[in-house]
Amino acid sequence: MAEIIEFPRPKSPHLQNYRPQLTSVLSFANRVSGIALALAAVGLVAWLAAGASGAAAYGAFDSFLSSIIGRILLLVSTLALFFHLCGGIRHIAWDAVLGFELRSIYASGWAVIAATLLLTAATWIAAYLIRG
Amino acid sequence: MEPPAPGRYSTSQYDSNTALMLIRSSNQVSRARILRRFPVPRSLGVPTGSRIERGRRWPAPRGARRIKTFEIYRFEPSSGNNPRLDTFEVDLDACGPMVLDALIWIKNNLDSTLTFRRSCREGVCGSCAMTIDGTNWLACTRFISETLPTASIYPLAGMRVIKDLVPDLTHVLAQYTMIEPWLKAGGAPPQIERLQSVEERKRLDGYYECILCFCCTSACPSHWWNGERFLGPAVLLQAWRWLADSRDEARGERLDRLEDPFRLYRCHTILNCTRTCPKGLNPGKAIAEIKKLMLERTL
Repeated sequence: MAEIIEFPRPKSPHLQNYRPQLTSVLSFANRVSGIALALAAVGLVAWLAAGASGAAAYGAFDSFLSSIIGRILLLVSTLALFFHLCGGIRHIAWDAVLGFELRSIYASGWAVIAATLLLTAATWIAAYLIRG
Repeated sequence: MEPPAPGRYSTSQYDSNTALMLIRSSNQVSRARILRRFPVPRSLGVPTGSRIERGRRWPAPRGARRIKTFEIYRFEPSSGNNPRLDTFEVDLDACGPMVLDALIWIKNNLDSTLTFRRSCREGVCGSCAMTIDGTNWLACTRFISETLPTASIYPLAGMRVIKDLVPDLTHVLAQYTMIEPWLKAGGAPPQIERLQSVEERKRLDGYYECILCFCCTSACPSHWWNGERFLGPAVLLQAWRWLADSRDEARGERLDRLEDPFRLYRCHTILNCTRTCPKGLNPGKAIAEIKKLMLERTL
């Protein structure tokens, strides 16, 4: 491949100066939540492995998840899960060339945020009601 | 015909068109006050030669009553110095209503070396595209009254800078050349015009109006990171404009050229492009149409 010639010309700032907008913020958040989910999947496998290897290991893992740090990690994981899920549905609509009017882009973006918060809250309320 | 009621006329015409949460059209300026900039250091990933230094202050002439401050990116290639950010005080009573008027006023009254492109001054030519208050727009169609108390003006984001507010468009224009933006039809030239039905012509609406100002491409984070190989929204909108043309006979060939992990598929539907288009076009939708066509031809 040809060498890219670097002119002695400065580059105008982009990320450092461009205004965050719902469009770009949700796109970055989608990427970050995907990475978080990949890490959470490792945690899920560890949880299953702990369960398979006996009561002592499972108990230790369970008490970690019940700790403050464990609960924060679980909360972040559920937020990431629902955000990525709702964002994925938004992307499926876009792949069918639906919802591209600017008003729809913003409405669906805020809807993703609202749905993420509602689903996460519902999950945690249900979890606390069941387990206490 | 009766003239419109004076009250309605004067306010709605010149009041800034803003929105808080639901942006309905790209000309609306966000009223949101939080997060005007991503919380990253100004020098994050910026090569030393592109770092912006503090510039000088250019006070308004004596006697100016209504003063507006502009922070403007300056770069003088022959100086060997880094870019700098100059502060200009503009006398609004002596200046026209648009950001381009302020730039011309500065050039005439404060610093004649301030360099920028402009031609039509009415949103038709696309020359004066720049990053105003952190979003891309044409300086000639942005009211000064719509800008922040201290307005900031940079050359188009992510572009190499020739001087001051003049970006180097060589690369994006080469990308435009790559999609062969002309009608391709084989066979002998017809005796009459190549006719289209009204319906066929309508498919080009919203795409043929592009003025190639590159506001959208410069707003696209994917093009910031992968601009060497990703064609960017402006060029892909043009690609769709020819794919959608009923008179064009090179659809397969055009799609073959775009079928590439970078050229087309680095678009992640971020949609900063549609948010910023000064002509109210929809590059994001055009790209989705190309992706859909790409899928359909494999079925």
